[in-house]
Formats: sequence, structure tokens, C-alpha cells
Amino acid sequence: MNASLISLELATAGLGLLVLLADLWLPAENKRGLGYVAAAALALIFVWSLRFDASTAQFAFEQTYVLDSLALFFKRFFLLAAILVMLLSIEFADRIKAGIAEFYSLQIFALVGMMFAASANDFTVLFVSLELITVTFYVLVSFQRSRVRSLEAGVKYLILGALSSAVLVYGIALVFGTSGTMNFGELLAKAGELQKNTVFLLGLLLVIIGLAFKIAAFPMQIWAPDVYEGAPAPITAFLAVGSKAAGFALLLRLLFGALPHDVVAPWAKLLMVMAAVSILYGGLCAIPQRSVKRIIGYSSIGNAGFILLGVVAMNSAGYAAVLYFLMGYLFTILAAFAVIGLVTRQLDSDDISVFAGLNQRSPLLAATMTLAMVSLAGIPPLAGFFGKFLLLKSAIEAGPAYYWLLAVAIAGVAISIWYYFGIIKAIYWSPAPADTTPIAVPLLVKISAAVCIVGMLFLGIYPSPALNWAVEAVKVLK
Amino acid sequence: MLTWIICLPLLAALLLTLVPRQNTSVIRTIAIGITAADMLLALGLFFAFDAAPALDGYKFVQRVPWIPSLGISYYVGVDGINLGLVVMGAIVAFAAACVSSEIKSHQKEFHILLLVMTGGILGAFASLDLFFFYCFHEFALVPTFIMIGLWGSGEKKNYATFQITIYLTIGALLALAGLILLYLQRPVGERTFDIVRMTRYFAENPIRAADQNLIFALLLFGFGILVSLFPFHTWAPLGYGVAPTATAMLHAGVLKKFGLYGLIRIALPMLPEGAKAWVPVLAWLCLGNILYCGWVAMRQKDLNLLIGNSSVAHVGFAFLGIASLDLIGVTGAVLVMVAHGFLAALSFGLSGYLFHATGTRDMTRLGGLLQQLPFIGTALVMALLAGCGVPGFANFVGELLVMFGAWKGSYSPHPHFYVAAVAWGGLVVAALYALRAIRHLLHGPTTEIAGEAQDATVWRRVPFVLLLASLICLGVFPRLLTDKIKASAEATLKFDSGKRPSPGLSVTAINPARK
Repeated sequence: MNASLISLELATAGLGLLVLLADLWLPAENKRGLGYVAAAALALIFVWSLRFDASTAQFAFEQTYVLDSLALFFKRFFLLAAILVMLLSIEFADRIKAGIAEFYSLQIFALVGMMFAASANDFTVLFVSLELITVTFYVLVSFQRSRVRSLEAGVKYLILGALSSAVLVYGIALVFGTSGTMNFGELLAKAGELQKNTVFLLGLLLVIIGLAFKIAAFPMQIWAPDVYEGAPAPITAFLAVGSKAAGFALLLRLLFGALPHDVVAPWAKLLMVMAAVSILYGGLCAIPQRSVKRIIGYSSIGNAGFILLGVVAMNSAGYAAVLYFLMGYLFTILAAFAVIGLVTRQLDSDDISVFAGLNQRSPLLAATMTLAMVSLAGIPPLAGFFGKFLLLKSAIEAGPAYYWLLAVAIAGVAISIWYYFGIIKAIYWSPAPADTTPIAVPLLVKISAAVCIVGMLFLGIYPSPALNWAVEAVKVLK
Repeated sequence: MLTWIICLPLLAALLLTLVPRQNTSVIRTIAIGITAADMLLALGLFFAFDAAPALDGYKFVQRVPWIPSLGISYYVGVDGINLGLVVMGAIVAFAAACVSSEIKSHQKEFHILLLVMTGGILGAFASLDLFFFYCFHEFALVPTFIMIGLWGSGEKKNYATFQITIYLTIGALLALAGLILLYLQRPVGERTFDIVRMTRYFAENPIRAADQNLIFALLLFGFGILVSLFPFHTWAPLGYGVAPTATAMLHAGVLKKFGLYGLIRIALPMLPEGAKAWVPVLAWLCLGNILYCGWVAMRQKDLNLLIGNSSVAHVGFAFLGIASLDLIGVTGAVLVMVAHGFLAALSFGLSGYLFHATGTRDMTRLGGLLQQLPFIGTALVMALLAGCGVPGFANFVGELLVMFGAWKGSYSPHPHFYVAAVAWGGLVVAALYALRAIRHLLHGPTTEIAGEAQDATVWRRVPFVLLLASLICLGVFPRLLTDKIKASAEATLKFDSGKRPSPGLSVTAINPARK
């Protein structure tokens, strides 16, 4: 056992506790500044994580925890997302009446959950880390206690989250009951004999459905638009990026790290249906929406479907495509929410009409939002295009059985262009609003927007290095 | 040099984002100046082409590895087939920038999109890497949707934008699926998006016939939708009908040729068996373009719809040239593409001018324009006559070569005889609607609306003169292009022309004076 493997998580958890403790002593007016400390400390941990080497997998705690290239990739991913979300949260903090330090520290605890999830090599760790993420998000989603919307979103998330946890844990119980192990490494050895065992397969099905909740894919997608709409903007961004990526990290690890290929292959059809329905559901439901946050919510379901293309392709090109797409998605979604958070606050509405005349009120915000939407729509030369290209390529590579899914994906892209461009149209060509006072953009938002724009352009124009990271990271999967 | 031609408009677009929106004259000057410089560069490329050294049959080659792990590199170069398209694209882009003075709102955004579109188009035609080839096209396509949706006119604007967006996105994605499948045909480790190397590889190691058929079908219908192949053409007349003039000029004239170019550059050389299996279908479908759309054009009252339908009919000839699978036919197809690029731009430009001078495109409300607008009227007569294949214009040469090629069609069981015979009928249809339009618009008593119109000033004549001059120049000296096209087509497309003796027709035969 080697406890030093979890030093990143320990440091992050320690940071969370420190932030919580600081709440006791800091005077109220300084509490907001705590976010800067937290962001800086997370940045340090991120830099520290770059010094880690995971070229060979290392295990800890009786093989329940693994540090390999895939885990390290996702840990860095979550840290980066958390830093950017923290910057947005500082900007957001003046809207929170009480408990600013909790607001920060809960995000850090969610981050710890995600980082553990990236390393889960055992159903126990998988479940506990998922619960750590989900439970902190229950609180974070409903953090604006004075807003009914926020509370409503929190309750919805709680009920559906509890349901999915129940499904997940039931599935784990069935898998444990039939295979006699919680450990992924042992499961890999034993699952081959169990591939005709109905109870075992039912258990796997329930686990996959439980994970579908995290990634907001069919059949557990229904919560996304409501929760996205009600949650504070930085939390929605964290939910869309971090929580979804954690779900995919676990899904990849479970399907291609803990199960032999023979057992996983028959699940392709089910995953294909999940992907196809998610793509169509997300796309078609987004069209009539008026709330920007709801549009992003539905688009998040559609994107979960697209990312599933890479999972269901069941080849290493597909896994790399998943990781690459998530990298692009991180910058794109955070860019979008940096803008949405600021604009919807100024006008106290998230109707699409609040974007009218944004290009006159703040050219930077308008440009950021436009780039984010163009990237989501999958237009070169932005990150989203290359990500979708890799996903489609991996699905084509998987063979003729996937062609129908490909046709659905193509239809999905066409549909999504329509609603993403609806937002761009609202920015530039709506009838000018009466109020065209410039929106003051805080420095923090400027910094996050700049980072996201650079990220989107870098991943889109020069994909080579990022693609190599992704390819290296998925070498541990079969 | 090619890279400059591609990047100049894109850099100018970036520059424009910095110009304050009130300075419309600065914006216009930059847009016109840059496209003019681009055009001069492209012309310089054209005249330097013969003397330039060739690498693998391509000239002005530049190559930068981009994503080595996937075999993607930025790779541009021209041969006879795309040289004409690049030059034509640059000229039309300049003309489009000139006529954009009609745009009265959000000039800044419009010109940025116009320049992005120009860069994308030229990049798509110059790319020798499949990935960039596709990306550049997509890059040019999106501004098209935005421009039509936002600066378009007419009651059906939203419907037309919706239709064109859906059709073209699906077409592009179908083609992308085909291109990726093609890429995956090579064993892992050797895969590359390099068109030149792929062509060579697939010539030596042909793909299985079943795969060829599938990929060719994807490319044919994907690219076909982009080029408004019958029966997937309905987006085109409607879209062009509502599009702002510059967009219609650039899309109908240049960007649309991307699909045809893709078929010639990629599908024909890499998938010869698939081509043989599918051309009979293509031959019949392109008759739909030539005859059906020509017939629809006859019934139009709106000038833009007439031009839109006739433009759909004209690309039928390019498809016919491709379907002939014959050197002369393909040479003719490329020439038709270039000629139609100039012609479509000219027609839409003139139609846009008329709309802004008179406020209507309804041909029944216009008349006697030749008296009122001698310059525009004359140019319109020439454009319409060029459209129905009158000798002296480049279209005549291209269509004639396509006919020869279709007649010769060097393999069976191609219904070449019937197809070629019926396609001649298309020329009659074209003459009918062109002459009808001339009578309605230009002759007869001057109507009230037409009476208030002003003829073009000297500056506004520039783009029209330029496009007409290009048409006539290629009509009189087609060898400027045909020699280059033929040489390159011969090198890349290996038709088994030995089966049937050629009746002695050659490309040079149509220009006996220079023989």
C-alpha cells in the first residue's frame, strides 16, 4: 500500500477543510477573497499534478485505488475545471447571502470526489466517490435558498439522484452477489464465466443506468434541463463539465478496465440506443426552449449522446475521442457559463432575449458566447469540431453495425446547428433593447473567458499535443 | 503563394473585427482592397503556372505536418483541375465584395463573414489534404447560412434558411462519413489524409468493390446534395432567391463547385469501380437537373428564382461530364464549373442590381429595361445568352465538351446515347427561358417601376465587366484552361479509354484556329 498516491486528493481535501475553518475566523467582508486563495491553491495542486508520473499503474488500499495515466488525465482535467469554476464563483459570490466559505469548500469537496472517481478500481470507491460528488451538488444546486427556482432544482436533483444511487447500489449488490468481488481487477478475471448469468447481467445493466444519471444520458436524462436552469451559473458549469466527465471516467474504467471484451461486446446495442436517443432527445427538445440555461441543459444531453459514440465504438480511437471531446467541452461550457452567469444576472432573467444587443453592450462577452456556440455546433476551427470529428471517425471505424447510429448522429449535428445558431442570432440580430448600457465585465470573468477562448482555439487549430495526451491516457483501457 | 491567397482574406477578416462599426467606408475599402489583391495574386499564380516546377504533378506546393498521429497535414497545391477554380473563386470574391455596397445594416459583420467565406472557399479548392479540404469547406459554409438568414430578403427567408442549413449540413456530413471511410481503408499505421498519396495508394491497391460502391454512394449523394443534384436541389433556387447578392454569387458561383470538385478529385480516381457502378444513376439524375429544373425555370416570374433554377440546371452539365467517365467529358465538366462560376456570379450580381434599382424582381412588373439601363441591360442579355450556350462564351465550350464526352462514354452499359440526346434538349429549354426573360425584362414598353431606375455608375460596372470579360476570354481562348485541365486529368484519372476507338475528337479540335 502506498498512501502517497492519494497525496493530490489529500491536499485538495485539506484545502477544503481549511477553507471551511477559515470561515470561523475571517471577518465577513473578507470571506469572498477566500476564493482567490482557494483558486491559487488549486492551481498549485494542478501544477504539482503535472509532476506526477503514471506511466505504470500503481495501486493502493488493497487494489481499490489505482493511479494510472487515465486517472491522472482526469485528475488534471477536474482540477483545471475546478480552478475556472472557482474564478467564476468568486464573481458570483456577492449574490450569496450567507455561507460563502461553504460555497467554495463544497466545490472543493466535489472536486475531491471527482478525483477519487478517476482512480476508482473498486465498486466501493466508485460508489463513495460518486456519492461525494452527488451529495455536495445537492447542496450547491440549491445554494441560493431565497430563490424558488434554485430550491426546486435542488429537490429535483435530490430525488432523481437518490433514485439513481439506489439503482446503482442495487446493481453493485447483484454484481457482488454473483461474482463475489467488488474489485475491478478480480472482476476482470471472473466476469468471463458469468457472461451467461442473468443476475450478473442485470446488475451490470443497473450500474450502467446509474452512471447514465451522472452523464445525463438516456434513460436518466430528465433532470438536466431543470437542474441546469435553477442552479447558480458556476455550479451548472461544474455540473455540466466535472460531473459529466466523472461519469464518463467511471464508465470507461468499468466497461473497458473491469470487464473482459467478450462480456462488454453484447452491450454495444444497448449503448448505441442510449447514444441515439440522447442525441435526438437533446436536440429536438432544445429547439423550442427560450431559457438559455435550459438550451444548454438539453444540449448537454445531446452531447452525452455524442460522447457515448466514442464509448460504444469500443476501440482505442473512440476512448481517445471521448477524452479529447471532454477537453474541448470543458473550455466551451465554461466560456458559455462565464457569459451566461454575468448576463442573466444583469437582467435577472435567463430568457434568450437577454442576449439582444450583447455585441454592443460587451463585445468580449458576445465574442466569447459566439465562439462557444460555434464550437458546440462543431464548426472548424474550434475544439468542438475536432472532437466531433474524432467521435464520428471512431464510430465509423467500428464497422457497418454502427452506420445507423452514425445517421442519427449526423441528423443530431444538423439539428444542433439550428439551436446553437439561434443563440448567436439573438446576440447580434434581435431588435435592439431599450437598455444598451455597457455591461461591466469583472477582471476574473475576463481572465476565465480568455483562458477558455485560448483553450477552444488551441484544441481546434493545433490538436496534435492534446490528442497525444488522450491517446496516452487511454492506453490502460482494452 | 497559395497560402497567402488563402490567408489574406482570413487575416483581413480578423483586421476588420478591430475596425469600429461606424467606419463603413474603411470596412468597404479593406474588403475590396484585400479581395482585389487576392485576385491579382491568383491571376499571378495562373500565369506563373506553366513555368513553375511540379511536385507529384502539383505546383506551388506547401506542406506543414499538422497532426502526424492521424496523418493530417496542411498541404496545398494546384494542378490543372483546381487552378481554374482558385482563380475563378478569387475573381468572384472580388466582384462579390464590390456589389456588397447594397448591404445597409451591420456592414461590419457582413464583410467579415464575406472574407471568411472567401478564405474558406479558396482553401477548400487549394487543399490537397482531405481533412483541410473538408474543414475549409465547412468554414465557408457556415457564413453562408448566417448571411442568408440575417441579410436575406423576401417572405420565405426563414424557411429558405432552414432548408439550406439542413440540406447542406446533412450533405456535408454524408460526404464526411464517406471521406472517413475512405481514410480507414488503409491499414492502421499507414493512414493519411494526403490526397496525393491516397490516390497513388488506391490506384495500386484497389479497394474491394463492395466498399467502393458504398463509399462512392456516400460521396455521390453527400457531394450531390451540396451541388443540388436532382432530386436534392430544392434548397438551391429558394436559398438563392432570398440570399443577399454577394452570398448568392459566392455560393452558387464558387462554393457549390466544391462538391463537383470533390467527385473529380477524390471519388473518380480513388473509387473507379464504384464510379462505374453508380454513373448510370448519376447520368439519369443529372438529366433531372438539366431538363426538370430548366422546365421549372421557364415558369418563374421572379428573376432570382429563374436564375437559381437555371443555375441548378447548369450544374447538371457538370454532372453529365463526370458521368461520362471520359477525359473529354471531365475536362468539359471542369470548364463548365469555372464558366458557370463566372456566369452565376454575373447573373446574381445583375439581378441584385436590378432589385435595388427597381425594388422588385417580379419580371411581369419590369419591362423595357434596355432603354432605361443600357449597360445593365446589355450585360444581362449577354449573361442570359451565355446561359443558353451561345458560342463565344466559356459555357458553350464547356457544354460542348461535356456533350462530346457523354456521347463518347467509353464503357457500357451506360445509356450514353439517350442521355446525350436528351441533354441536347436541355439547351433548347435553356434558350426558351433565357429568351423569354430577355423579352419580359429588356424589351417592350418601359414600365413605371423600370422608368425610375438608374444605370450603373462606372465603379459599379467594374465587377460586371470583369466577370463578362472572364467569360468571353475563356470562350474565345478555352485552351488557356483546357490544356492544363486535360493534362492533369489524364495524369490522375485512368479511364480505360482503349475499349472504344475515339472518333478523333480532341480538346484542341474546338479551337482549330490555334491548331
